[in-house]
Amino acid sequence: MKEELTTHLGDRLAAVTEACGELTITVLPEQLLAVARQLRDQEVFAFTFLSDLTGVDCAAGALEVVYHLLSMKHRSRVRIKVRINRGTELPSVAGIWPAANWYEREAYDLLGITFAGHPDLKRILTPDGFSGHPLRKEYPLRGEK
Amino acid sequence: MAAPIAAETAGSEHLILNMGPQHPSTHGVLRVILELDGEVIVNAEPVIGHLHRGVEKLAEHMTYNQVIPLMDRLDYCSPLINNLGYVLAVEKLLGIEIPERAVALRDLLSELTRIQSHLIWLGTHALDIGAMSPLLYMFREREEILDMYEEVWGARMHLAYFRVGGVAADVPKSFLVRARKFLSGFYEKVDMYEALLTENPIWKRRTQGVGIISGDDAIALGLSGPGLRASGIDWDLRKHLPYSGYDRYEFEVPRGTRGDVYDRYLVRIAEMRQATRICVQALEGLPGGPVLAAAPRVVPPEKERVLTTIEGLIHHFKIMMEGYSVPEGEVYAAVESPRGELGFYIRSDGGPKPYRLKVRTPSFANLESLCTMAKGQMIADMVAIIGSIDIVLGEVDR
Amino acid sequence: MEERGLGMGIEEYLGDTILTTSLDKVVNWARKSSIWPATFGLACCAIEMMATAASRYDIARFGSEVFRASPRQADLLIVAGTVTQKMAPIVKLIYDQMPNPKWVIAMGACAASGGMFKSYAVVQGVDALFPVDVYIPGCPPRPEALLWGIIKLQEKIERETIRGTTL
Repeated sequence: MKEELTTHLGDRLAAVTEACGELTITVLPEQLLAVARQLRDQEVFAFTFLSDLTGVDCAAGALEVVYHLLSMKHRSRVRIKVRINRGTELPSVAGIWPAANWYEREAYDLLGITFAGHPDLKRILTPDGFSGHPLRKEYPLRGEK
Repeated sequence: MAAPIAAETAGSEHLILNMGPQHPSTHGVLRVILELDGEVIVNAEPVIGHLHRGVEKLAEHMTYNQVIPLMDRLDYCSPLINNLGYVLAVEKLLGIEIPERAVALRDLLSELTRIQSHLIWLGTHALDIGAMSPLLYMFREREEILDMYEEVWGARMHLAYFRVGGVAADVPKSFLVRARKFLSGFYEKVDMYEALLTENPIWKRRTQGVGIISGDDAIALGLSGPGLRASGIDWDLRKHLPYSGYDRYEFEVPRGTRGDVYDRYLVRIAEMRQATRICVQALEGLPGGPVLAAAPRVVPPEKERVLTTIEGLIHHFKIMMEGYSVPEGEVYAAVESPRGELGFYIRSDGGPKPYRLKVRTPSFANLESLCTMAKGQMIADMVAIIGSIDIVLGEVDR
Repeated sequence: MEERGLGMGIEEYLGDTILTTSLDKVVNWARKSSIWPATFGLACCAIEMMATAASRYDIARFGSEVFRASPRQADLLIVAGTVTQKMAPIVKLIYDQMPNPKWVIAMGACAASGGMFKSYAVVQGVDALFPVDVYIPGCPPRPEALLWGIIKLQEKIERETIRGTTL
């Protein structure tokens, strides 16, 4: 799968790495939708199943959004990473994989990542009236009083 | 996908009904806002988060070993499989190999867990639809499995028996005897459950043609597990992306055709039989040897060494109190839980605690399909549909 | 004949078919022998609660013949599982909807004190919301432990009095 990724996506990828038997591609936010669509639709990839969509609070005001895709046809997985700054919006992939709907809501709820074009971006896990984003590193474990 | 329901946008003839979160048939604290046109469901919006306990945030403050019992409590109907997924992920990051006996024991206990989980599922699903007796029969078998758990590691539900490097300790011989006896009699028990339900006209009327979802919709919505297979898609992680020892066993992956509640029921019944088959193979082929990897940085020494030598004591102390450092990197390991793809995404920064732990739980994704399954059905079908998806709120909300 | 009943002296005139007792004893005996819990399983403890209701442990022997789905028809609230911040107002609402006399059992570590979830999202013990009669430790408590808790509750009910209440 690594050769297919570099061959067909080549210049759209910022990086392709392999570790622990897993493939990770890094993509710039502007390329995300195009890469996602190609990964889903092109037969050599067929990543039709979105396994997971989550965010990670990296240090220094940066956030990483991580997508895990599964291709049942080729029995293969790939991880996409997109790095953004806090406050930057990322395009929603809910139009490509409807499963992303709730995952993006969770990333918004717990990490404060906003997704442009999401049909209904509202909190999903925390109570009504909750403020703050718990999975951010500065949010205290016991909660804010 | 469900559009949000608000009083202003609902048609004036439509009724908005709240279901849950305290409800006998929602399988936990699930709230569903239903928009009804008479008795027909026009829209169903699940509202979740009532069991959000902050597990992923907690995990960032615990050492890798301390997280193991936390994972048990996510999908509380199949705790050992949560164990398995998590320790597989950590072992992948550490790059350690597990001894054969531990692999076989893990597979045996995971499949027993699958049987136990399906028993809970079918008992409660049948109870929701109105059949009271199957619950009592299934819990009788489940008690036998829990007795076996107790024999192995002392607890009935949350064992935390699998460890990074293998399993906590070897199983007593009495467990193997009990397991053999249980498995040899279990096929008849499944036949008995089928005799109660499969050809039952009431059961068929309430489940056939209800809650249909097509294979393509299922894949697009991230539905996995028996729900996906009931819609005709041939996909099971144990078969197609095997982990642990699953590439060695012979078993079938049951599939449905129509993707309704009845098919999801048939698939899970067949899975119980296949799980028994795998258990028997794991049991018969159980190799000897150690049950923990030779990885002293990660695996604590034997208790006798800990209690009689100072080096053993210090070694044990360091692993328990400080934890062990896991190399920097990230990993995603997925197992086939009774509900679908259960994945663990761990990012390590080189320290003894996970920098980020994301648990990809099947019930979270499976619940997204609720609206597609429920649209156009009658309100009485709602209970059957929720039951057939087989959600556990602990893993939906984490 | 003076040993039976409370020995008020009239037993010899009443004969063998009449027992004398106190109102408190009768009321408490009736209440403790038919405690009907509300279905309120929140998390893992709910599975053990179901196991207690199943055939091996059989909570019906102790009077809890049915679990009522509606709190208005229930006597006992077994809080089985973790109470989260999101769920807390709903738990309180269910408690308020139960008519008197009512009792609460906090089943498990999470209901008693927040359990292993010392996080932003969990109420550290359901007694932050309303009074609890019996706490059952365990994670989850065994069915026998839940039955022990019910027996303890029955003993507590035996010690109650209706004096000063509106019954």
